[in-house]
Amino acid sequence: MEKQIAVEARGATKIFGTGEETVRALDDVSVAIRENQFFTLLGPSGCGKTTLLRLIAGFELPSAGDILLEGQSVTHLPPYKRLVNTVFQSYALFPHMTVAENIAFGLEMRGLGKAETAKRVEEMLALVRLGKLGGRRPAQLSGGQQQRVALARALANRPKVLLLDEPLSALDLKLRKEMQIELKRIQLETGITFVFVTHDQEEALTMSDRIAVMNFGKILQIGSPTAIYEHPTSRFVADFIGETNLVEVGAAAPANGHVRLRFAAGNEVEVALPEGVAPGGRATVALRPERISLTRDAARMLTGRIDNIVYFGTDTSFYLTLDDGKPLLVRVQNREGARRSYEVGEQVGIAFRPDAVQLLRD
Amino acid sequence: MADVAMKPVDPVRALSRRELRRLDLAYQPGFKPVAWFCILLLYAPILVLAVFSFNENRSVTRWTQFSLKWFRDVIANENIQAAALLSLQVATAATIGATICATLAALATTRTLPYRGMGLAYIVINLPLMVPEIVTAVATLAFFALGRVVLGLDLGVFNINLILAHMVFCIPFAYLPIRARLSGMDRILEQAAADLYATPWQSFRYVTLPLLTPGIIAGAMLAFIVSIDDFTISQLVAGPGQTTLPIYIWGQIRRGITPATNAVSTIMLVVSIIFVSLVFFLGQRRRR
Ligand SMILES: Nc1ncnc2c1ncn2[C@@H]1O[C@H](COP(=O)(O)OP(=O)(O)OP(=O)(O)O)[C@@H](O)[C@H]1O
Ligand SMILES: [Mg+2]
Repeated sequence: MEKQIAVEARGATKIFGTGEETVRALDDVSVAIRENQFFTLLGPSGCGKTTLLRLIAGFELPSAGDILLEGQSVTHLPPYKRLVNTVFQSYALFPHMTVAENIAFGLEMRGLGKAETAKRVEEMLALVRLGKLGGRRPAQLSGGQQQRVALARALANRPKVLLLDEPLSALDLKLRKEMQIELKRIQLETGITFVFVTHDQEEALTMSDRIAVMNFGKILQIGSPTAIYEHPTSRFVADFIGETNLVEVGAAAPANGHVRLRFAAGNEVEVALPEGVAPGGRATVALRPERISLTRDAARMLTGRIDNIVYFGTDTSFYLTLDDGKPLLVRVQNREGARRSYEVGEQVGIAFRPDAVQLLRD
Repeated sequence: MADVAMKPVDPVRALSRRELRRLDLAYQPGFKPVAWFCILLLYAPILVLAVFSFNENRSVTRWTQFSLKWFRDVIANENIQAAALLSLQVATAATIGATICATLAALATTRTLPYRGMGLAYIVINLPLMVPEIVTAVATLAFFALGRVVLGLDLGVFNINLILAHMVFCIPFAYLPIRARLSGMDRILEQAAADLYATPWQSFRYVTLPLLTPGIIAGAMLAFIVSIDDFTISQLVAGPGQTTLPIYIWGQIRRGITPATNAVSTIMLVVSIIFVSLVFFLGQRRRR
């Protein structure tokens, strides 16, 4: 059965400021997020992630476009009438209320009975593993605990959609890893649609069902973590997610949805033409460092000189300069017997299978 | 040489101690005498006043013996009681009115979308602080007279004239701490409340107002003190029989100062100090 769409933005645009100093925080963004998904908005600082979240929550009115919840336009509905809840980046816990009162707030505002509210608060405290801290004030909690309270306070309302704005960014690495697992567990247990904002690509890859990569107020690509990682369609996405090599190639005229690419060493590769790509003579491809290898054979795609070799235990990184002067990174796993002693300064060939080649739009 | 090697001193810090002293105003020659002179000027009269309120003698310049008799006299004096009661009534009513107005004004100048004339509103609210008091006093008097002549309103009943006049100059005093508190409060909390289904009214009632309370109390206390202390405006606006405590003291002084006057003043001083300290401590607690 096809899952329903929980949240949708249609051509959402947000312009801040007036006159000379306008900022296009969101530029014609369209995205549909299905129910029960862990959906991540990923992008660098200032790309409009928070703005999109605030449009969905109702704190901002879009300059143009529409926001829909379960197919209904909510663009002009105030936040308190929308069945979404937010975990704020700064947590925004009410300092004059106890943890339990914070969690009960939304339930009380909606007029849930006392007994039911108390029960729900207990459930939530258990869910986020804060059992005995219900009577404390937010100021008496650690950052990680405050984060859990913010989560519990939002989840207590059993929203259709939970919006999380970089909820883990204030935590240290260890706690962050723990909370990543915890968040994922809670999302699976509750089945609530999560819209999660982060600028950490690793976090996005490990937690999400789907990722939207944003830059300069636009969504550049939407897809599963594997699709985003293995088949980036733009230079920005390829570069932003993980390490990658960008290589210029010659491109023949496309035919039957395929295109032949000519690499510097003379060999050609035929790849499927991704949607929206129209190479004109030249094109850029992305090559992941772990999908390419060094060779001394004549069958090679590129040639270059080794500048530096760094041993990392599980693998070794080779930093090369290609014949056209561009840098290239090759990462080779350190398997028994698979190590061949390449030397710094040596001219080597680079080989890869055709499916390692990802043709980019720009 | 050996010394330097054994005890490496941070050259910047070693220098700075002396350098700082040379730059520091507190270490300039003559600073201390000036400072002490100013403090003396500020507090000596008050100290003398307080000391002589305990004088057994009728004189306020010649000390004879310690006594509480002037305090007993004051507390037993019906005129003073009536004046104190009037001052309290007026101050309480004016404080309540001014605090409500100031709270609304503070909300309107911090919790709305920026609008044209917001800066102007801020200036207008605070203007009474800058207008000479005698001008406000004369203006209020003239305004009430106009009301009486044109509309036939007698504002003397229930001391409405005094209460209204006091409210006006109390508003900026109440406004400033409330506004300071509001602008220091992150609006994200109100957004969080709205996110949790609180209507604007509920969000104000359960989030903004409780967090604003220390500011409101501080503002109210300031307004109260300013009202209790006021002489100029009260003197001009008050009708016959409307004798507030400062007006009463003024009347006594014209007949010659006795330690009884000192005693009334000392009591007012103590009450003021208690209030100001409370305001201060509330301010401290807010910052934590
Ligand atoms: N209220 C505002 N007024 C003016 N400009 C704003 C406002 N809010 C955001 N912007 C601008 O809009 C752009 C997007 O901001 P946004 O907060 O959505 O970025 P972000 O992706 O959440 O960044 P970060 O990762 O740093 O939180 C930025 O250039 C920002 O300066
Ligand atoms: Mg943000």
